Amino acid sequence: MNSASCAAKISTQPFSLNPTSLTSHDNPLVFPKPTSLFLGSTRKLRLSSSSKLNLHRRSGTVVAVSDVVKQKKSKSTPSLLITKEEGLELYEDMILGRAFEDMCAQMYYRGKMFGFVHLYNGQEAVSTGFIKLLKQQDSVVSTYRDHVHALSKGVPARAVMSELFGKTTGCCRGQGGSMHMFSREHNLLGGFAFIGEGIPVATGAAFTSKYKREILKEADCDHVTLAFFGDGTCNNGQFFECLNMAALWKLPIVFVVENNLWAIGMSHLRATSDPQIYKKGPAFGMPGIHVDGMDVLKVREVAKEAIGRARRGEGPTLVECETYRFRGHSLADPDELRDPAEKAYYAARDPITALKKYLIENSLASEADLKAIDKKIDEVVEDAVDFADESPVPSRSQLLENVFADPKGFGIGPDGRYRCEDPKFTEGTAHV
Amino acid sequence: MLGIVRQKMLEQSLKKIPPAVSVLRSYSSAAKQMTIRDALNSALDEEMSADSKVFLMGEEVGEYQGAYKITKGLLDKYGPERVLDTPITEAGFTGVAVGAAYYGVKPVVEFMTFNFSMQAIDHIINSAAKTNYMSSGQISVPIVFRGPNGAAAGVGAQHSQCYAAWYASCPGLKVLAPYSSEDARGLLKAAIRDPDPVVFLENELLYGESFPVSDEVLDSSFCLPIGKAKIERKGKDVTIAAYSKMVGYALKAAETLEKDGIDAEVINLRSIRPLDRSMINASVRKTNRLVTVEEAFPQHGVGAEICASIVEESFAYLDAPVERIAGADVPMPYAANLERMAVPQVEDIVRAAKRTCYRSESREIDSQHCGGRS
Repeated sequence: MNSASCAAKISTQPFSLNPTSLTSHDNPLVFPKPTSLFLGSTRKLRLSSSSKLNLHRRSGTVVAVSDVVKQKKSKSTPSLLITKEEGLELYEDMILGRAFEDMCAQMYYRGKMFGFVHLYNGQEAVSTGFIKLLKQQDSVVSTYRDHVHALSKGVPARAVMSELFGKTTGCCRGQGGSMHMFSREHNLLGGFAFIGEGIPVATGAAFTSKYKREILKEADCDHVTLAFFGDGTCNNGQFFECLNMAALWKLPIVFVVENNLWAIGMSHLRATSDPQIYKKGPAFGMPGIHVDGMDVLKVREVAKEAIGRARRGEGPTLVECETYRFRGHSLADPDELRDPAEKAYYAARDPITALKKYLIENSLASEADLKAIDKKIDEVVEDAVDFADESPVPSRSQLLENVFADPKGFGIGPDGRYRCEDPKFTEGTAHV
Repeated sequence: MLGIVRQKMLEQSLKKIPPAVSVLRSYSSAAKQMTIRDALNSALDEEMSADSKVFLMGEEVGEYQGAYKITKGLLDKYGPERVLDTPITEAGFTGVAVGAAYYGVKPVVEFMTFNFSMQAIDHIINSAAKTNYMSSGQISVPIVFRGPNGAAAGVGAQHSQCYAAWYASCPGLKVLAPYSSEDARGLLKAAIRDPDPVVFLENELLYGESFPVSDEVLDSSFCLPIGKAKIERKGKDVTIAAYSKMVGYALKAAETLEKDGIDAEVINLRSIRPLDRSMINASVRKTNRLVTVEEAFPQHGVGAEICASIVEESFAYLDAPVERIAGADVPMPYAANLERMAVPQVEDIVRAAKRTCYRSESREIDSQHCGGRS
């Protein structure tokens, strides 16, 4: 947190099992020593280079990044990155995410939640850092690891918990589930189970923002879209297709890569020819930035720049956040392949602990303030569970609802009239 | 809907007019011929001018005037922001269109052929068809996917598949297959106005064919209802149910059958999902015999679904087993003579109809001659 000037460093902070290398983090001039990358190894390429070196290697289009770095240097000494209110807001959001996900794990093991549940523990800085800068009309498109994105975007904890329990008071009335959180009111467009599926949808939402402004003449429409996805998705064709189209049509979108190094049990290094994802941005004509995703303030600074770019109509940005998930891929994942030393390394960089330390050291908040927030969030989460427990399951008639916006799509019944006009239509069995 | 009401009114007014005058009327109103290509182009044009939220997206729809010239002239009229030439990224641009539709604009996505839609099928099914349900009605997807479907002439196995059955099996989608110009205009307009995802299956070989259109078909508010089939030819001996190009073959088969004293009723399905089961069942209850015709692969096809529907609802009315005419159960061959054998021909439909009327030899003998069925 003190190295605020390194917020947008275009280097990777490598983790390596070799204990002596831990000190080389601070030395920017260690040249790359390729260690064995093959098959099952968790070592990363020990590439560390200073910001300056990388900037020279970059093409001219990446002006935005160097601006951030310059901005950082001027701000680094006297002023703080956030105000007290902002700090407490960020803290509360991250604590909500963490407490909620922990409660999800408990509920799953008690059998109240079922199916596939993917938890976000450890990655809260990315969600909070980006989403808290958005307006209500901006959109967020996520993957199956979407509970915390929903919470940060403003969907009430009660609605998310009920949805997970499969109750009719959930944000999608129990029809979506853990992986399919949608909210029209908060512009959360899901919730997609297929990786890479959300990226074109997000690109489309950004396209509509531009279409509304230019064709439908809604002059003040400057809505931005954020697409969240993981490291595994960056090898998928749809990712590249959308980088191309977003840069081609200069769409107001930010592609946020939550690089937690693992796609279920597949290490990012085993799956990717060039593991540095941010480099794929300039290949398509947009800036690519790498940021430490365990530090919410750094993420927030980068997010401000990227979202500002999109809002001003300057086009898309690719942001790679190096982060880590403390739990397995899902609650069904035994998580045996990841090295405990790696987990310990990232656990020591817990974003919530780091923010807490920053707030206290810079006298933005006291221990008591933060404890009060912890307690408040505990109550919110407990209340969400109670609410979800007490909510009713969907009624039988809900099975056939919402298949079509125009229910005449169910066709014509044996009596020659549209089936949906028959009042008994949804009360019977599923025989259509 | 409005079109049907106007049609009824027109019919009623025609009945009131004395015969000589009504003959003159029918000459003038039925004289105009329109190709399918023009029908689709005019439908797109009118819908785009009526609603600025409608836009086109696809490969070669703009400057090339459409790979099959369906979108000719639209780029000049509406500009490049509303007629978008996309890069060759079906998965990408289909997803982009779906994401745009989430926010209420109305994309019409063209696939150069529906074979290429297989690269985008994840978005058609998972992001478009299922979203209204998964979001519990919060997000509807008013999108149209259109393009040529089924076999063309000599284009080989990867360009000739018919996708009606695949898309029609998925809840949340509406699947339409027009035959005539009236169908093309009315159903495309209905599809664009519909708030749900619609898969609109055209046929490349029909694009250049002309059909007579009446004045009210040419009216810009003309629209056909989704989910209603049409009886193209009334009959009483056997029902032939078909869609798209096979309707034309069925009509020709009906003419041949008439000479042999069999009066066939031809149903143009128009809508594969939702299927107009009530009309098909009503027709079978009248004629007691059914032949289904499709160009697609036979297994799990539209004909199989119709047969199941008849067996469930009108079993006691059947006087003969249901005959199912489909394409050969092989990937489409290239050689012209093999291709002719792999697609149903008029003779196959005639033979099948005769079999249901017990006028021809048994199936075993027949299948040696016939290539166009499973």
